Amino acid sequence: MKVLVPVKRVVDANVKVRVNADNTKVDTANLKMAINPFCEIAVEEAVRLKEAGVVSEVVVVSIGPKVVQEQMRTAMALGADRGIQVDTDKELVPLSLAKILKSIQAQENADIVLFGKQSIDGDNNQTGQMFAALTDMPQATFASEVKIEDGKAVVTREVDGGLQTLAMPLPAVITTDLRLNEPRYAKLPDIMKAKRKPLEVMSIDDLGIELKEHQTVLKVTPPAAREAGIMVSSVDELVEKLQNEAKVI
Amino acid sequence: MAILVLAEHDNASLKLDTAKTVAAAQAIGGDVHVLVVGHECGAAADSAKTLTGVSKVIVVDSAEYSAQLAQNVSKVVLDIASDYDHILAPASTTGKDVLPRVAALLDVAQISEVIEVVSADTFVRPVYAGNAMATVQSHDSKKVMTVRVSAFEAVGNEGSAEVVALSNSEAATTEFVSQELTESERPELGSAGVIVSGGRGMGSGENFAILEQLADKLGAAVGASRAAVDAGFVPNDMQVGQTGKIVAPDLYIAVGISGAIQHLAGMKDSKVIVAINKDPEAPIFQVADYGLEADLFKALPELTEKLS
Repeated sequence: MKVLVPVKRVVDANVKVRVNADNTKVDTANLKMAINPFCEIAVEEAVRLKEAGVVSEVVVVSIGPKVVQEQMRTAMALGADRGIQVDTDKELVPLSLAKILKSIQAQENADIVLFGKQSIDGDNNQTGQMFAALTDMPQATFASEVKIEDGKAVVTREVDGGLQTLAMPLPAVITTDLRLNEPRYAKLPDIMKAKRKPLEVMSIDDLGIELKEHQTVLKVTPPAAREAGIMVSSVDELVEKLQNEAKVI
Repeated sequence: MAILVLAEHDNASLKLDTAKTVAAAQAIGGDVHVLVVGHECGAAADSAKTLTGVSKVIVVDSAEYSAQLAQNVSKVVLDIASDYDHILAPASTTGKDVLPRVAALLDVAQISEVIEVVSADTFVRPVYAGNAMATVQSHDSKKVMTVRVSAFEAVGNEGSAEVVALSNSEAATTEFVSQELTESERPELGSAGVIVSGGRGMGSGENFAILEQLADKLGAAVGASRAAVDAGFVPNDMQVGQTGKIVAPDLYIAVGISGAIQHLAGMKDSKVIVAINKDPEAPIFQVADYGLEADLFKALPELTEKLS
């Protein structure tokens, strides 16, 4: 059984980003970059399925310029067997990413495609679902537990009121939530070994797909700043302020 | 042309999220129709027809849709999509599950978590955990979007829409196995006027009892930070943040929460924020309107008592 794991390079989760001076985009120059935390959880889950003997091969794929190979090597150090980079400088909407991944799946025929539930830069939460629609696969989004039994995926999902469990035939799309697992750290020997794992590079043209322009970002602005608050010295003062100044209780 | 709103419901009742999404639809301007897909969902449809500004409620009631699976619900939406320019759903876990599938089947991009309607094709949405606001113009023939419900006021119940039943039935290969919902008599996080949230500083699940006492006194919902959920203090559907629930109550009281970027993303649009923390350097104090540097185990019982 084969698992395909799309991974994204994003600004590290702990970095507070700023909008650039001319309000056209978020300034990402010289910021620390990392593998998107949800993608890391997806890689970890794929590797655990391999360690459990359910899966024989884990393939990571990333779409972006050459620098995304850093995050792909990280994924390989965590246990992925090989990588595919689709080289492009364009910022693509999730639908375009899903179309590219569909053509990768056409050649890979993976049984499980494990996405992160969202990337922490775009916060879209779309690509996995769109890929599932384009490939007509069943989907289990926001997974907090994954079991492969009798050729089926049994997945517990985090939904608004609690948890929901679904079962679906393979091939299937699963998107990971935070609680699915705790990703491991890459060990130094594994980081060295990862450098020799196969990494194939292809272009969008190689895949023979045409992408549309769906939207234009007109501007990017910082969020409205909150007015500075005050420190109160006692519970009494807090209650007094909430009752008489803020009038919220 | 008309706007379609996918209703948020649990078959038995319509969620307030639907009324807030209808408000976003009204901001776009046009005839608003609500689609209720489920099983034995007549009560939800009855509530939907009273929503102010809704002219038509379309009901698809069949056993195949009882769990509202993305795989088949998306096809129901697709079937009637040709009648609509805009297709909206609340950015709930159901909306986020279903709508991207609809968008992909229509070959259009989706705009997620819209917080402001600028015009019929231009919308504002937060990116990077709410640290930037992107104004996005769609060039697609149909605009498919999820709505961040905390950014819109629910419409009232003065409508009387016609109800139309459609008899779709589409089996999904996905099977519903089971569901485990968190029991709570408190208000729902998404619609509560007051929220009291606890973080790692609470120390244990048992200690959440003192937070609940305060919540009961205020008629508040109880939330949590990721740290409190990961430590097993409370279930994950109580998590407020970038990847949990996004809330904007009148009053948000953060107790023992440091205020990581990911948590702030879920609550910094609250009208009044109170932080109680013993670390004066905690980032939560930078967004708090009122900060109290204190041990929560002393301050919380005192606060609960003084509110009586």
